[in-house]
Amino acid sequence: MNTLIFRTVAPYLSALMMLFSVFVLLRGHNEPGGGFIGGLIAVSAFAIYGIACGVSAVRRAMKYHPMSIAASGLLLAVLSVLPSIFYRQPAMTSQWLEMPFLGTVIDLSTPLFFDIGVYLVVVGAISSIALSLEERAD
Amino acid sequence: MPLFGVEATFWALLGPFVAAALSPILAKTLKHNASWLLAIIPALAFLQFLSFVPGIAAGQTFRASLEWVPTFNVNFSIYLDGLSVVFALLISGIGTLITLYSGGYLKGHQNLGQFLSYLFLFMGAMLGVVLADNIITLFVYWELTSITSFLLIGFDHLRRASRRAAVQALVVTGGGGLALMAGLILAGYQGGSFEMSELLNSGDILRESPYYTAIFVLVILGAFTKSAQFPFHFWLPNAMEAPTPVSAYLHSATMVKAGVYLLMRMQPALGGTELWMTILPIFGGITLLVGTILGIRQTDLKLVLAYTTVASLGLLVMLTGTSDPIAIQGAVIYLFAHSLFKGSLFMVVGTVDHEAGTRDLNRVGGLFSLMPITGVAAVLSALSMAGLPPLIGFVAKEVLYDGTWHAVNGGLWTGFALLGNAMMFALAATVAIKPFFGSKVKTPKAAHEGSILLYAGSITLAVLGLVTGLFIVSVGHQILSPMTSAILGTPFDEELHLFPTYLSPALYLSMATVALGIIIFMYLDKLRLIIAEILRTIGWGPDKGFDQTIEGIVRFAGTLSNTIQTGSMVRYMRATFVVIAFVLYVPMILTGNWPKLEGFGSLYVYEWFIAAIAVIGVYAVVTARYRVTAIVLLGIQGFAVALIFLLFGAPDLSFTQFMVETLSVVILALVMTRLNLKPTDARSSRAKLFDTSLALLCGAGISMLLMSIVQLPFDPTLSEFFTQYSRTIAHGRNIVNVILVDFRGFDTLGEIAVVMVTGLAVLALIRVRPKSEGNSKSENNR
Repeated sequence: MNTLIFRTVAPYLSALMMLFSVFVLLRGHNEPGGGFIGGLIAVSAFAIYGIACGVSAVRRAMKYHPMSIAASGLLLAVLSVLPSIFYRQPAMTSQWLEMPFLGTVIDLSTPLFFDIGVYLVVVGAISSIALSLEERAD
Repeated sequence: MPLFGVEATFWALLGPFVAAALSPILAKTLKHNASWLLAIIPALAFLQFLSFVPGIAAGQTFRASLEWVPTFNVNFSIYLDGLSVVFALLISGIGTLITLYSGGYLKGHQNLGQFLSYLFLFMGAMLGVVLADNIITLFVYWELTSITSFLLIGFDHLRRASRRAAVQALVVTGGGGLALMAGLILAGYQGGSFEMSELLNSGDILRESPYYTAIFVLVILGAFTKSAQFPFHFWLPNAMEAPTPVSAYLHSATMVKAGVYLLMRMQPALGGTELWMTILPIFGGITLLVGTILGIRQTDLKLVLAYTTVASLGLLVMLTGTSDPIAIQGAVIYLFAHSLFKGSLFMVVGTVDHEAGTRDLNRVGGLFSLMPITGVAAVLSALSMAGLPPLIGFVAKEVLYDGTWHAVNGGLWTGFALLGNAMMFALAATVAIKPFFGSKVKTPKAAHEGSILLYAGSITLAVLGLVTGLFIVSVGHQILSPMTSAILGTPFDEELHLFPTYLSPALYLSMATVALGIIIFMYLDKLRLIIAEILRTIGWGPDKGFDQTIEGIVRFAGTLSNTIQTGSMVRYMRATFVVIAFVLYVPMILTGNWPKLEGFGSLYVYEWFIAAIAVIGVYAVVTARYRVTAIVLLGIQGFAVALIFLLFGAPDLSFTQFMVETLSVVILALVMTRLNLKPTDARSSRAKLFDTSLALLCGAGISMLLMSIVQLPFDPTLSEFFTQYSRTIAHGRNIVNVILVDFRGFDTLGEIAVVMVTGLAVLALIRVRPKSEGNSKSENNR
């Protein structure tokens, strides 16, 4: 399975998948996609990279411990619950901010940050499981 | 009017907690002198409570409330009437003296700061118990006293006996607290209010309520465990493992009286029924006799005092239970007197122990000339305990005899009281005479008077016993009668006299007590041997019973876990699927609602085609020779399902299904490589047959369940709501995602927290080496 072709292609493939996962995450509010699916795609990317180049390479590429990534995701999700409280609205009421950027309008919203939090939790937790299992399999 | 206003009482409640935070810091710099500074806080609280006394004596009550959890009717509210103010005075007043005493007693101890901190935490909790108006507030403080008591008893945690006593006290009083919570909530719902001050006015409703017996049993379970009533009395003598300041404060003057407080508090709401007037005096009376008899058995002075405390608590419960106004007045005076003399005597014994090095009554003697101030405190307190004039203990005994004599079933209660008091008289004489008079006995340490910190508390309380006795008329008007009125729920003000004005039955009973007491005292050593012999023959007591219960529970838990958790994954899976089959089929069998087999004819060809792929996938899995092959083949069926989702317009779901299938195949394969399993399936054909039928049963059950659901009339309310508002309110066209991150965002928040925790748990399991390898089966979230 671990052929030369696979080893050569895997880094490009996983890079593309990572990019795609972010794309899926960001389009989620209007098109099929979202943090959960995006996160799963990213985990698959890490899994492919890991099978091809080894776990330590993946850990280097991730830079932070997967559980830290998951924890920061959870923190981000919780933080996105709070802003509405300052406007005396029930917690988690979505807040929207429309910013003009290079000729288009970017919608920044608390649900977006919440979704990014979901993405990070899924990426961190599942890749942590996969990586530690793979590590032992080596 | 109160000194700083009613609202300032909240600060008095907070004060001890502030002191608890300051204690470790102050004790580090000032050593034992920190207690001088710290004692200011309870002293200020004492003054605040004292300023309520004139108003309450004039018939006022005070209430203050802060909102806590308004949704559930839980307020942080306090209520000051004759009952709570006396308790608050005792707690803060004796607390001040105990703070000083602790400084002297634990002088040079490295954990003095920690000790004082626990002590103040307890003080705050105890003040909360007696001042709380809201029953939930009351319960929270009640349990807090159990927890702080646990910390204080276990202070000397290196000793096994301390640890055992601490756990025992926590289990007994904490367990009783849970019963109390149930009782209070039930009473709250029946009486229509969670505020004690309002509940007290709905006594008739509560007594008529069909739940009265339940409320009664639950509340007295709480009170009896806390106040060490038979058969729960055993934890209190064991709690003497705590340093003596704790015994003096918690286990005689304050905490153990919380149960009595509760009964007195509930008297207008629950009292006066036949049940109340039978159960309470009987258990109180038995506790009184058991306590005194076991007290005679002891030679350790501290244990003697502990058992007489049990006995006194029994007496108080008995008197409260009679519901007779005079008897309750007797209970009030006795409670007040007891806090003074017992607190003092405990400190005396602690000082003797501290200075002479022993508290065994056969190894001390003739200390009076060496420790005159402590000796005077001992004599005065013992006189009050024995019930002799002109101390307040005498007044208490006169009134309580008067009360029992006239109460319902008075003969029986008077008999209990007479016997108990006579033995108490003998024990009081022992505690005062044995260590301080008679010939000098060589003690382990050369005894001499301790520092002022050590004797200030005991002599103050002892002298107070004398002063309140001498000025009983005004003490009665200002403090005692308002307390009785609060317990009865009706105004009560009977003049108290130090000396009886006429020859009443009570006076004769008093004389009989003294005579009987002197006889018991003379034969005390013989009695001790006899009681010891009897106890040896019985050879079993509730204390042993407690150990047996705990052991039994542990053994039961062990057997249960060993039976259920065999460690075999196959069995776990079988058990799970058997339960699933039950859940699926039982409702269908019971209701007879089997789904109709219909609609197969309207399937399109390509739908049949996808279904066929799924079936082929399953067939391939079942017939695969190697496990790894089987796992990879599992993906075929999953992808087929994902295709079906796609066909029916759920791209998000299908997308997720694809990813989950892929990842679960990868993770399962990784797990398999780690499990060191045989590459092929090694089950016997019988086991295979069983597993196959179970699998078919569950699969068919799930299919039928889904079919039944689809055949129900569809309620489109929610879908329409989401379709309508997804764009307008939540600015999103993808309804699934809008539901996930906005409409039902809190669910998602909970789910990602679960994903996170699962990740952590799996990580921990994987790191556990050989023993529990089977546990790290893959976790598929969602």
